[in-house]
Amino acid sequence: MSANERLDAKGYGTYEFASDDFTFAYDENEKIIYKSYTASSYLADVLHAFLKNKGAVIGFIVIVIIAILALVGPMMNEHTYKSIIIEHASLVPRVPFLENFGIFDGVYKGSNQYLDKGFTDIYYWFGSDPQGRDIWTRVWEGTRISLIIAFTAVCIDIFIGMIYGLISGYFGGKVDMVMQRFAEILNGIPTLVVVTLLGLILPRGVTSIIFALMITGWIGMSRIARAQVLKLKEQEFILASKTLGAQHFRIIFKDILPNIFGQIIIMSMFSIPNAIFTEAFLSFVGLGVPAPMASLGSLISEGYKSLTTYPHVIVAPIVVLALLMLSFNLFADGLRDAFDPKMKQM
Amino acid sequence: MGKYITKRVLIAIFTLLVILFVLFVMLDKMPGSPFNDEKLTADQLALLNAKYGLDQPFMIRFINYVKCVIKFDFGVSYNIQKNLAVSSMLATRLPISIQIGLQAMVVGTIIGMLLGIIAALKRNTWIDTLCTGISVLGVSVPSYVIALGLAYFVGFKLGWFPILYNASKPFISTIMPTMALSLSPIANIARFTRSEMIEVLNSDYVLLAQSKGIKQYKLIINHVLRNTLISIITVMGPLLVGLLTGSMVIEKIFSIPGLGYLMVQAIQNNDYNVVMACAFIYSFLYIFVMLIVDILYGIIDPRIRVAKEGE
Repeated sequence: MSANERLDAKGYGTYEFASDDFTFAYDENEKIIYKSYTASSYLADVLHAFLKNKGAVIGFIVIVIIAILALVGPMMNEHTYKSIIIEHASLVPRVPFLENFGIFDGVYKGSNQYLDKGFTDIYYWFGSDPQGRDIWTRVWEGTRISLIIAFTAVCIDIFIGMIYGLISGYFGGKVDMVMQRFAEILNGIPTLVVVTLLGLILPRGVTSIIFALMITGWIGMSRIARAQVLKLKEQEFILASKTLGAQHFRIIFKDILPNIFGQIIIMSMFSIPNAIFTEAFLSFVGLGVPAPMASLGSLISEGYKSLTTYPHVIVAPIVVLALLMLSFNLFADGLRDAFDPKMKQM
Repeated sequence: MGKYITKRVLIAIFTLLVILFVLFVMLDKMPGSPFNDEKLTADQLALLNAKYGLDQPFMIRFINYVKCVIKFDFGVSYNIQKNLAVSSMLATRLPISIQIGLQAMVVGTIIGMLLGIIAALKRNTWIDTLCTGISVLGVSVPSYVIALGLAYFVGFKLGWFPILYNASKPFISTIMPTMALSLSPIANIARFTRSEMIEVLNSDYVLLAQSKGIKQYKLIINHVLRNTLISIITVMGPLLVGLLTGSMVIEKIFSIPGLGYLMVQAIQNNDYNVVMACAFIYSFLYIFVMLIVDILYGIIDPRIRVAKEGE
């Protein structure tokens, strides 16, 4: 029995309140400001939420910078991705101006490689590879090819996956059954096996890699599309459309499609780093783009051969690849949270 | 439950058959022949084809193949180790791959869960930011980038571990590959544990337990962790499968005589039987893991079972 509790004459317990038993829920002195918000459009909301996410914005900026460099980088010096100057083989990076500060000064194991060979005014910004090719040019050329492969593969994935998912979800019943079993079986085959085997039978090149990526890539997309259709097709606006006599085609593509586009875009942003990774994997296994061409994966695989003697060859492509994948992941994360915070669970 | 499991198993078997068929068709149409020796005459080639049964009609060859696969007989290697049974090659290679995969999974699960639990308990502090940062890095940086970094700095510069697989020191040689492979499970499990923990911590039954005055550590161990664990099991399947892909590249980097490296070698040498066997083993492991996960889902969470049956 605490100090505040007493027994009255009849023996019932009563409680005397002390002054500090209650506190105000709000500080009286604090002014409560009711902020009024003006109505903003959906896209403005999304943009606002996106800009608040620092990681996503940084990711986006890095992607843009890398994309610009991939476009103009190869043109920034006189070398091409396949021009070989054998006297310039295996030079470490040397950059004008920065060389005065003791970094990127062309010094390899204590002696300046460039000055030793008498190259006073030759600069390789990322160094040169053991065949005497400029790594700067090759890295941005490779980034471009990797990006092209990833974007094309993902676009095709969206196209096939969306149509497949829309049809399967919309018609339901037997159509859905058959289409889902087919997707399930295809999905049961590990991507690794599909991609390596296709890389093996097709002629080596960009198209083959895109095709190999596409074969299994669309399934994830179709799942999202199907799940969304199942959710949407029972809603009133679809019923209204049907009542007004709309055809299936119109309902699928005019009424349902615009509503699932957000999710599809988010999903595709997550697929791009995956595609870049798979391409790099293929190149590393030896099924990538053919020799004088460059992709991030093939550059890494080449650099790997001289890892212990000339580690600078592999640094640039690895850094670009890691940055690219990291940025795409951050960007996609931010986009997802901005578009639809509820999707986080998926 | 029985119906659900039967259905899953049937689908798995059918998928395996489809894979075998696809593998067979693809490898059949592939350029290059197992007998690439230019010295062979047409007669000798015909003889060799007859010896290995390659002159039979397509379907018969396929049925023969399926029969043999069931007996775990993948024929003999044509090129890599001439006339050696593929199954015996697999028998020496597979354990190393599985060992490294499991090591990576165990290390990844333990460290990942620890990171996730710490991050969830210290939510919105610098510790949380650090853990989240690690997991974002782990999700987005491919394992072979880590492997190359480890090989160069830890293996070559510091010389702590052998860069290439050394058969006389089998365990020491697997440490770096395990580290490289485990990063992705660490990151994924940490991420998942954190979000799952936070959800459990915010649930009504935790609030009830708290209001009943239960001790903090008891609450975490008995109520929060137990419910978090259930969901973690569900992400482990796909992660195990992800390790398969990673292992191929990692094994090549560290020259580990495992399944992945064998497959890469076989691809480059047009060794049909070996490629087929490796692809089949990969597919089998994949389907098996997915099947187990699916069944576990069903046992753990009846809602999923019901939803899948009603599909």
